[in-house]
Amino acid sequence: MTTLEDVLARAQGELLEADSLLLLDQVRVQYLGKKGLVTEQMKSLGALTGDERKAAGAKINLIRDQLVEAIDARRDVLEAQALKTRLASETIDVTLQGRGQQIGGLHPVTLTLRRMSALFSRIGFETVEGPEVEDDYHNFEALNIPASHPARAMHDTFYFDEHMLLRTHTSPVQVRIMESQTPPLRVIAPGRVYRCDSDLTHTPMFHQVEGFLVDRDVSFADLRGILYEFLKLFFEKDVAVRFRPSYFPFTEPSAEVDIACVICDGQGCRVCKQTGWLEVMGCGMIHPRVFEAVNIDAEVYSGFAFGLGVERMAMLRYGINDLRLFFENDLRFLRQFSAF
Amino acid sequence: MRFSEAWLREYVNPAIDTDTLVHQLTMAGLEVDSVTAAAGDFTGVVVAEILEAYPHPEADRLRICKVGAGLDQPLQIVCGAPNARVGLRVPLALVGSLLPGGLEIKSAQLRGIESFGMLCSQKELGIDEDASGLMELPLDAPIGMALREYLHLDDRLIEVDLTPNRADCLSVEGIAREVALLNTLPIMCPEVEAPAPVIDDIWPIRVEAPEACPRYLGQIIRGVNRHAGTPQWIKEKLRRSGLRSLDVIVDVTNYVLLELGQPLHAFDADRLEGGVCVRWARDGESLQLLNGQAVTLAPETLVIADDRKVLALAGIMGGSESAVCETTQDIFIECAYFDPSLMMGKARRYGLSTDSSHRFERGVSYELQSRALSRATQLILSLAGGQVGPVVERVALDYLPQRPEILLRAERIEKILGLSMSPERVIQILQGLGMTLTGDPLGWRVTAPAARFDIALEADLIEEVGRVYGYDHLPRRQPVIPAVMRPVSEGRLTLDRVKDLLVDRGYQEAITYSFVEASVQQLIDPGVEPLALKNPLSQELAVMRTSLWPGLLDAAIKNSHRQQDRVRLFESGLTFRPRGNDLAQEAVLSWLALGCHEAEQWGLPSRPVDFFDVKQDVEALVALTGRLADLRFVAAEHPALHKGQSAEMLLGEKRLGFMGLLHPGLEKRLGFPSGVFLVELLDHVLRDRQLPRFSSLSKFPSVRRDLALLVEQNVPVGTLLETTRASAGELLREAQVFDVYQGPGVEAGKKSVAIRLILQDAAETLVDTLVDGVVQKVLDGLAQRCGARLRD
Repeated sequence: MTTLEDVLARAQGELLEADSLLLLDQVRVQYLGKKGLVTEQMKSLGALTGDERKAAGAKINLIRDQLVEAIDARRDVLEAQALKTRLASETIDVTLQGRGQQIGGLHPVTLTLRRMSALFSRIGFETVEGPEVEDDYHNFEALNIPASHPARAMHDTFYFDEHMLLRTHTSPVQVRIMESQTPPLRVIAPGRVYRCDSDLTHTPMFHQVEGFLVDRDVSFADLRGILYEFLKLFFEKDVAVRFRPSYFPFTEPSAEVDIACVICDGQGCRVCKQTGWLEVMGCGMIHPRVFEAVNIDAEVYSGFAFGLGVERMAMLRYGINDLRLFFENDLRFLRQFSAF
Repeated sequence: MRFSEAWLREYVNPAIDTDTLVHQLTMAGLEVDSVTAAAGDFTGVVVAEILEAYPHPEADRLRICKVGAGLDQPLQIVCGAPNARVGLRVPLALVGSLLPGGLEIKSAQLRGIESFGMLCSQKELGIDEDASGLMELPLDAPIGMALREYLHLDDRLIEVDLTPNRADCLSVEGIAREVALLNTLPIMCPEVEAPAPVIDDIWPIRVEAPEACPRYLGQIIRGVNRHAGTPQWIKEKLRRSGLRSLDVIVDVTNYVLLELGQPLHAFDADRLEGGVCVRWARDGESLQLLNGQAVTLAPETLVIADDRKVLALAGIMGGSESAVCETTQDIFIECAYFDPSLMMGKARRYGLSTDSSHRFERGVSYELQSRALSRATQLILSLAGGQVGPVVERVALDYLPQRPEILLRAERIEKILGLSMSPERVIQILQGLGMTLTGDPLGWRVTAPAARFDIALEADLIEEVGRVYGYDHLPRRQPVIPAVMRPVSEGRLTLDRVKDLLVDRGYQEAITYSFVEASVQQLIDPGVEPLALKNPLSQELAVMRTSLWPGLLDAAIKNSHRQQDRVRLFESGLTFRPRGNDLAQEAVLSWLALGCHEAEQWGLPSRPVDFFDVKQDVEALVALTGRLADLRFVAAEHPALHKGQSAEMLLGEKRLGFMGLLHPGLEKRLGFPSGVFLVELLDHVLRDRQLPRFSSLSKFPSVRRDLALLVEQNVPVGTLLETTRASAGELLREAQVFDVYQGPGVEAGKKSVAIRLILQDAAETLVDTLVDGVVQKVLDGLAQRCGARLRD
């Protein structure tokens, strides 16, 4: 007669040979199932008496526990193996490119404008736009540039007829706002402007940002303070700034603002024509005649205005060396700004 | 304006180097554009005289010269210049000297003859472009003297880019006045004394247009020697200011122009017939100008005339007939003040811009004429001889400008500049600028000098004070701004968000010109007469766009020519549509897709972009406004689009725009390799946003029913969905088409459309009978309105 020990030994041998979860389960059924060899042993206990049954029962239980343990151990091994195989079979090439639509990008002029709006809006400047086809009054007359003024020669103007033209700067927005609102005013006006000029360094259309602040007791010192901060923050650099007297009919005093060349750090290069300085904007205190044209009392209010070329700022910020690229819309150019 | 630093230093000589001087000028508002050397960098060049010159035996064009250079022995030099002749004084580069560009002069053999140095042209010394022959020096040039020293060549030419308000600095004296003030030094002006007349000749002068010429001075000089030759010092100053030397008379007038800023003109008195008259031109008059140009005069042109003919365009250019010439002996010199506002633009209308017109247009001091005329006659008499007559002056005081007395308030200086300045400093600055000051309880009463046409208001004076004080020395402060919140509207979708969405959907932002080619515009928008520029730069940039499509199409085709077979571009900007006498400047948002929907990549079948890809872009944008349910696409024709693949978009009651496939005719004509999809939306319609309105979430399960319908193929799916929604009642949460099929199994002329319904109630679980009832209502509606029936 086979002893319990023999049964256990045989079961252990079969367990080792079971190399799949299915075979393992067959082994389990064969020994521990309803009609399994161990189960049968339990059934035969009924024939024994008292102490014998107790001793035999304890023995069978021991064997069964050992067997259950062995099956569980084998199952762990087999499951681990199966998982390993599955992982191996499901391995992909993670270096393959992600799938689907790729992102586009904003134009560098938009990036620059957003940056400027963001900086000024934080100190309460509102962004306003105006018409691009303007009348002579708003583009020139109201800005203290009468018909015979020499400054008109500085603006190569596109005309539609005697009175209608393409705005040559964003300053007419300043006039329109001051006509319709009362101080205090804090506005920046970005937009397209047009000059009848086209060569290596001029395009017939470009972008400007006009900014102005009108309130009681605004001085040239405020203008200097704001623009110093703006230029430093725009370039994220403690850039040297200088204010140089200049002339605009619609500001008095007027200044041109230079920054130390950001390309060569003021050492002198081709971009700054060896001067170490780059002209980046024009500005000044709003001219009393402009206030007069829009019925603001210059004795009570004062204000400053500034204007800057967006493409020029973008060129300096991103190191673009050719103005004409901005309007060629070459995808190879545009895609370089997708990161923002 | 270009001037010589050495000339400036004759007036005022601050102990600062050129760089500092240049910085000073720039920071005072006289922006220095460039600084160049008056001559090239060279050493070892001396004044020499050609003592003998004879032909080279071996070379026709070479000559052998014996040259005296102040050494023990004359030097033998072989020279190829055509003007190498005995007696000439020329620059000689001795053996061992260095010429511009690093050329070192060594003794050499030229065709077998030894040569000990080189005779130089102006170009070889970097003085001028003239390379036609040797530089000819005056006959009294000291032999052996270093050329640099003799001609004072260690000088720099400073070019200032003057703003139009600073006409007072269009002269060396004007610049010197600024430099003197900036360095608190006195200015040394040349002494000018009016030469006493020695003859009685008075030339009759009549000013018929005193409003344009309130002051006119004329003077006769008889018996001048025009061939006297211009002295080297005048020639050099003219050269360094960019002017050519012509003859002594013209050179003197040009010299005074540069020195004092007053244009003068000399006429040949023998060519004048009768008196000189300043008047407006008459119809049909013409004039042959000094530069050879013949002009027909417009009536609003001011001229100088005699009794028979026009002599000159006043303040612009003289005529050739009355000009000083070979035979001139007697001259009439004019020196006038012309009103700037009446001179403005006059030269330009004849295509001219002269040193004279430039100054008169911006304003020449109306008090300068007498001094300038004396300076010129004085110089002519001393250089070319002659006998001078008395000065004849015509003045119309009523028309001469008057400098207003301006009140300058001390308090206002502080308010505008943000700095309280000492009265002494203000007075010093304004007086240094030639202003007259009288005291006032509030500050000063100031009168500007006649040379300053730009000082009319208190603000102008404040600028002068700030400018001379130095902008960079003025204070800086951060303005105090009241912390008032501004409204932030949720009812408007921002343009930034719109752009970001398109960027995220794979579009690149483009910026195209607002003016386009008329013919392309006509193809896209034939119904509209666009606004045309009067002075376009070219045919390609001639009319204002009425749509952004022409610009985007142009950008797309250019990219396609650069081997980009997939182009996705968008742009936002204004369109310009004439409406009667008005012009609508309307902001639109447009985009374009060409080539594959997604970039070619592994794991995705490559397929061309189609209508529904682009439609999804529109839907995504409209979804941002919360009004997707109000968006409708209606099949509609557009001249630029394929009539079977174009739609008008409506958002609620408003027209949102058009989208579709570029018309195949245009596709071919514009040269596109494949289909191009275009969208254009009205910005103000798109950006109206609806605030989200919360509705409570149902706790009960939803039920899904799929309907497979059979309809005529021309019934739009949109109609099926609208009917479904209208018939279903309030339990319907969602109705979606999830399949459209035509082909085997579906009878010809029909299509199968699968619609999914999601039903849900807020208050209870739906029972089948209720659901069946809704489905039946939907089916009834679809059968009635669309002829749809369930597929078997």
